[in-house]
Amino acid sequence: MAQDISRDVTSAEVEGGSAAPAPGADYEVGLESLSQWQLAWRKFKKHRLAMIGLGILAVLVIVAIVGPFLMPFSFDKVPRPDVIVARGRPPSLAHPFGETGGLQRDVLMLVVNGARWSLLIGFSSMFIGVIIGTIVGSIAGYLGGFIDNLLMRLVDVMLSLPILFVILVAARFFAGARDNVWTIIIIFGVFGWMGVARLVRSLFLSIREREFVEAARAVGVRDRRIIFKHILPNALSPIVVSASLIVAGNIIGEAFVSFLGFGVNPITPTWGNILSTALTFITQGNWWWPFFPGFAIILVVLAVNFVGDGLRDAFDPRSRA
Amino acid sequence: MESTSAPTRPEAGAAPPAPPTPAAEIVEGSADALDEMDPLKIQRVEEGQSLLQVRGIKKHFPIIGGLLKRQIGTVYAVDGVDFDVKAGEVFSLVGESGCGKTTLGRSVLRLIEPTAGTIRFAGRDISKISADELRPLRRKMQIIFQDPFGSLNPRMPVSDIIGEGLFAQGMKDRKARDRKVEDTLELVGLRREYTRRYPHEFSGGQRQRIGIARALALGPDIVVCDEPVSALDVSIQSQVLNLLLDLRRDLNLTYIFISHNLSVIQYFSDRVGVMYLGKIAEMGSVEQLYADPRHPYTVALLSAIPDPNPRRRKKRLVLKGDVPSPAAPPSGCRFHTRCWLREKLGNPERCSTEEPQLRDFGAGHQTACHFAEQISTEIVSAAVETQSVLETAVADPE
Amino acid sequence: MTEVVDTEVIDAPTPQGAPPPSDVLLDVRNLKTYFHVLDGTVPAVDGVSYSLKRGKSLGIVGESGSGKSVSALTMMRLIDIPPAEIRDGEIWFDGREILGLPMEEMRKIRGNDIAMIFQEPLTSLNPVFTIGDQIAEQVERHKKVPRKAAWDRAVESLQLVGIPSPERRVKQYPHEMSGGMRQRVMIAMALSCEPKLLIADEPTTALDVTIQAQILELLKTIQERTDSALILITHDLGVVAEMVDDVIVMYAGQVVEQGSVDEVLVNPRAPYTMGLLESIPTVDKRGGRLSAIKGTVPNPFNMPPACRFEPRCPYAWDLCREEGPELYQVGRSSGQRARCHLHTPAGAARLPDAILDHERKMNVGQGIG
Repeated sequence: MAQDISRDVTSAEVEGGSAAPAPGADYEVGLESLSQWQLAWRKFKKHRLAMIGLGILAVLVIVAIVGPFLMPFSFDKVPRPDVIVARGRPPSLAHPFGETGGLQRDVLMLVVNGARWSLLIGFSSMFIGVIIGTIVGSIAGYLGGFIDNLLMRLVDVMLSLPILFVILVAARFFAGARDNVWTIIIIFGVFGWMGVARLVRSLFLSIREREFVEAARAVGVRDRRIIFKHILPNALSPIVVSASLIVAGNIIGEAFVSFLGFGVNPITPTWGNILSTALTFITQGNWWWPFFPGFAIILVVLAVNFVGDGLRDAFDPRSRA
Repeated sequence: MESTSAPTRPEAGAAPPAPPTPAAEIVEGSADALDEMDPLKIQRVEEGQSLLQVRGIKKHFPIIGGLLKRQIGTVYAVDGVDFDVKAGEVFSLVGESGCGKTTLGRSVLRLIEPTAGTIRFAGRDISKISADELRPLRRKMQIIFQDPFGSLNPRMPVSDIIGEGLFAQGMKDRKARDRKVEDTLELVGLRREYTRRYPHEFSGGQRQRIGIARALALGPDIVVCDEPVSALDVSIQSQVLNLLLDLRRDLNLTYIFISHNLSVIQYFSDRVGVMYLGKIAEMGSVEQLYADPRHPYTVALLSAIPDPNPRRRKKRLVLKGDVPSPAAPPSGCRFHTRCWLREKLGNPERCSTEEPQLRDFGAGHQTACHFAEQISTEIVSAAVETQSVLETAVADPE
Repeated sequence: MTEVVDTEVIDAPTPQGAPPPSDVLLDVRNLKTYFHVLDGTVPAVDGVSYSLKRGKSLGIVGESGSGKSVSALTMMRLIDIPPAEIRDGEIWFDGREILGLPMEEMRKIRGNDIAMIFQEPLTSLNPVFTIGDQIAEQVERHKKVPRKAAWDRAVESLQLVGIPSPERRVKQYPHEMSGGMRQRVMIAMALSCEPKLLIADEPTTALDVTIQAQILELLKTIQERTDSALILITHDLGVVAEMVDDVIVMYAGQVVEQGSVDEVLVNPRAPYTMGLLESIPTVDKRGGRLSAIKGTVPNPFNMPPACRFEPRCPYAWDLCREEGPELYQVGRSSGQRARCHLHTPAGAARLPDAILDHERKMNVGQGIG
């Protein structure tokens, strides 16, 4: 560690190795105290792509939150509801992303509003999936035996389902309401935890055997504290890495399902259902209409994957440079 | 659940590190607080009396395999071991990997549940008691681990690593706990201010000191030291050995010292048990064992110690082959497949058919060998001379 | 083969000096290997020189981080460049300078004229090929012999290292063997091309005591039989004492003492070597207190400015904080040299006390009566 070195030679006269503090033994301990998370952040900062990804994500999140309020156009107000055109207008100064065909809406406004919902869906469904997966995986990994077997077979069954069809059916079945965003989020969460569960279980199995857990048991620490203070914190970094990738997967998944018309109702704009509407007019040559939301999806998925890569490297104890 | 991970700071105006206080005072002063909460009232055992009695202890691990996850075999990690540890002594267990010394050390503390046998600590049978009854006992019996990196939770500051045992043992007052943590840090030669630091900020030797502090904070009577210096560099190794010896003197500790390093054991311990494939092959005082080994395995182990003094270079007695698998220990005497003495004596059948029991050779020196009486300097040097190069890959054809 | 990393050296220093006399197999001169890492530059090997005659053996001793392995890996070109950088030095092997050789040439030497044995045999053997395949492939490549002859050589080398029924064993995979057996296979592989120099990097550290004894005895016999030179890298002074003719002791990237084992291990004259020997538990110290070297190895990013051992040295004085010592000859006639000001006129007055102190610390105990 390139920390300040407090070489304490003045009091180093104690004969080495005595039980009294051997100050000579201290001089390689740095002055600043960094937790593992701080160290990881230091490494993360050196990962250029990850920082770019993080920057893109941050900008997108800010845009998603405040963007709709700053736009001169509102999603809820259709400028000329009585006029339907086949061909919109290409990008111009007033409409940098162009105007759609059909209701002639501003594409930038659509993308910004879509960002809000697409990101919300991506992150919320990830949270649900990670929470379910962590709980299932922890129980299986810590208890082992019959329960472990039962839960892992459940995971096997879930994974062997053709998940896309199941999601499509579930979406059609449960998400028929007009305002169905949260239903979609829950569907993605409920069908997206199996990978996390397997990961957490294997982490539990290996961390449970580590010596520090044995040491905690040796001083009389109870099971609950061992799970929450010893095993989970050490399992967290791989979970975070896999969570970041789940966000990307869910954003693509939602876009896909909405594109097929089974997803979020178009009264709530997501990049997926914007693309879906754009498709009906694609023959009219409105390239800018599907291009910008599609590009936004690519951008956010790339950014999330870069961040995931950076996290993986930052948490890897072996990577130093 | 009360969290002990919240910031723990020295009280306002905490003085700079006080000059080291005599260790015994610190620990006994605060151990009182714990003793009042001790529901068991374990009696202090006088020095020289038996503190720990282990009888017929076994640990068998099932080998699970196959399509149906059935048990397809058994690893006889520890297979019937008896020994006593007297209060105040250093009792060492030595052997190669797979001999069961580590499993034995863990079983004695019931960190691993033994398959059979009894363990009596200060006269009380602890081999069957429940987890809740066991918890307060953990204060009296502690363990120090080999790996200074693996044995400390990387996500916990030192204050929690050392303090959580105190919390678990009922010291709920944070201030008292913090003071105790700081006292213990000082006791093992680290600074009081280190409580907020994380394990990765320390060197290997310092981490090992933290591990020692974790064990000692509870004021134990007996400490199992599982290869405590094997992972350390030579110059750090002696610092930790010295520390362990000082602590033993100041705190009246009893050690069970587990190691594969015969030089360290010779320097460090009072009595030694030599283990081979889950059993004790020979047991006795260091003087008895090193000067007058009575088991052919002990003879070979001692002969294998590399001596840093080139003027004491000697011809080695080299054993054949590897240690057999503890899942399929040889019949009769477990050592007979590698035994040089058996070969010298013309491979008597008894070695492979009858299991030798520990026999007494006076003053507690016990050996499990049918032909222990045959061991002499002459027969050892004869064995060294006739070692065959190809069979044992041993040097010196001349 | 995870440990073995093949790298091109982009700009090795050009050789300046003249070749050593022909009885010297290996001559390493002022070798400097630095590592550039996140936090700065680590001088892992910082001006190391030594030479080794044909058929002789040399031990390189040091604690972790002393640079003992890096010097050998540099010689074999088995370090990643970057982060490593060979900043300076020459290595003369068998009459030619090899640090400046192109990688193609170096590959012909590696495994053929110089062979290496690693600490962990399992990671150095390829799990998907049989032992025989791996040895024969190497023989085929270096000796340009037909497959059949190479295979016979593989069987022969297994026999040489004392592996029973070698004809059967050559067809086995590494995982079918025990740790001791695998280390023998590694040695057999290293010997298969009859190297002029064998480098063993902690060959017995991962092994049990009795297996360690087997492997050490085996290495000794083989070295006698094959006339190859041996470099043994280890942290264990006991192993060195039994195995080699000469020894160099490394500390923080530098050689701090060199000489024959009898000189260095019986009468050490660098305070670090003295301290190491004092801290090893032996019979003579039983009952007494081990003398320990205080503190720990210096932070490689922040080396002490003058003598690198000075902060831990019990004999240091002002001079040691002002000026870094060279390797000075110890006594008049011996080849023993130590990096310590005690062996300069300025320190001569302090030397006898230091030696007395060392001898006292070596006999602190009562031993076993």
